[in-house]
Amino acid sequence: MPLARRLLALTALCALVLGAACGGGDDSPGAIILATTTSTYDSGLLDELVPRFEARTGIEVKVIAVGTGAALRMAGEGDADAVLVHAPEAEAPYVASGDLVSGRLVMTNDYVIAGPPDDPAAAASAPDLPAAVAAIAAGGRFVSRGDDSGTHKRELALWAVAGIDPAALPREETGQGMGATLTIASERRAYTLTDRATWLALRHALDLAVLVEGHAALLNVYHVYVVNPERHAGVAAKEAEAFAAFLLEPETQALIGRFRAAEFGRSLFTPAAAPPPGGG
Amino acid sequence: MEAIGDGLLEALRLIGAGDGELFSIAGRSLLVSGAATALALLAGAPLGYLLGRARFPARTLILAAVGTGMGMPPVVAGLVIWLLLVRSGPFGGFELIYTKQAMVVAQFLIATPLVIAFTAASIQALPARLPDLLTVLGAGRLRTLWLLAREARLGLLAAVMAGFGAVVSEVGASMAVGGNLAGDTRVLTTAIVTETSRADTERAIAYGLVLLAMAFAIVAVLTLVQQRGAR
Repeated sequence: MPLARRLLALTALCALVLGAACGGGDDSPGAIILATTTSTYDSGLLDELVPRFEARTGIEVKVIAVGTGAALRMAGEGDADAVLVHAPEAEAPYVASGDLVSGRLVMTNDYVIAGPPDDPAAAASAPDLPAAVAAIAAGGRFVSRGDDSGTHKRELALWAVAGIDPAALPREETGQGMGATLTIASERRAYTLTDRATWLALRHALDLAVLVEGHAALLNVYHVYVVNPERHAGVAAKEAEAFAAFLLEPETQALIGRFRAAEFGRSLFTPAAAPPPGGG
Repeated sequence: MEAIGDGLLEALRLIGAGDGELFSIAGRSLLVSGAATALALLAGAPLGYLLGRARFPARTLILAAVGTGMGMPPVVAGLVIWLLLVRSGPFGGFELIYTKQAMVVAQFLIATPLVIAFTAASIQALPARLPDLLTVLGAGRLRTLWLLAREARLGLLAAVMAGFGAVVSEVGASMAVGGNLAGDTRVLTTAIVTETSRADTERAIAYGLVLLAMAFAIVAVLTLVQQRGAR
């Protein structure tokens, strides 16, 4: 039927035209996919750093903000070029398998436990971290990320150290990012574990207070890795390596240290260029 | 309550001040969803025409499949397209993941069943003899098609409105395949998610208002065209 064929040809033509119209060079060769955590993103740090890198190198950075678990799986499939993540125990298998190479410590901050300002579980007065966690288990509600993120993994580790089965608690999982989870904890008068950067960035909108902080087990470390091009074809390793190197430059490190420090009276992240533990 | 009031005020201020980010995001929503709807119309209207006119064995089955597609959650369409376009997927070599094109593809998948179903229904509602009649009266094939489209315009424009309304308001697929990249693939719906998670409620409300206004403006124009001269 010639009419059908004509219509088909017309459709194909229009598809081409429209495809070209919304092109706009966003698939230029110099682009990398950076899979990273919601904390680096919701705090606004990458909004500050990425444009500087892009302006200098012309390499476009596509920042995909997911949980650390999802970011690592993307790297394991070769679906990302670089990752910026914060769960060293979860990163280790990917380093061991050779999916992630060239790992470097970028920065640290710490986790805090936030909860209702009146602290119904009396977590703030507990002598140590396991006792604080046990107090929350006994006398409060807890809202968990539940999204296989670095923060979620750390939360599960805290329950384990305190010898508590999280499944037996009045504990809810949001399956969402840190910002959404903090909002839900605030609305439900519940406790939650958060990285300090997201906490500082959002606390103005929350009816929560920091109740537990300053414990060694609450240190939060961020590593950058390049996805191994020898294991995954198509990885833009050179560009990813340039981005990793950029994060470690003294100037960038100083910028990380100053990031929103004036606004909050303290820095959100502590820059920490150093070799990673057992890194590649 | 206070937050809602403040949010609305700040939202109106952002809109009034011609906030650059707001308008570039709104423009992107319009571009991506407009392109997806246009493509869905180009592909879906002929298919809907065939399904409305022709009689063949699998027709009912196909209509049922199309009807199911109309109810497909956008996030499922997003997941499917993500799996296909991601680098390790079968079409990863095209490097389309996290681009506006990928969003157009996903939204096309969402809008097309709507366009097919609405077109088929409106064509089927026309008198069965109408095409033959037009041919007898001396209309060529394309002219016949054009006259049929005019007769069926209530349904065809409803198809466009349903398709555009569905894709401009969906968030799951755009988030999954576009990646919500600032200044690149961030559209109004994904921007609302971002600003909400960043506790910037004012901006979230502003984006919501613009989204509503945009959908209303487009549907109003289409309704005007649709109803003009209608009985």
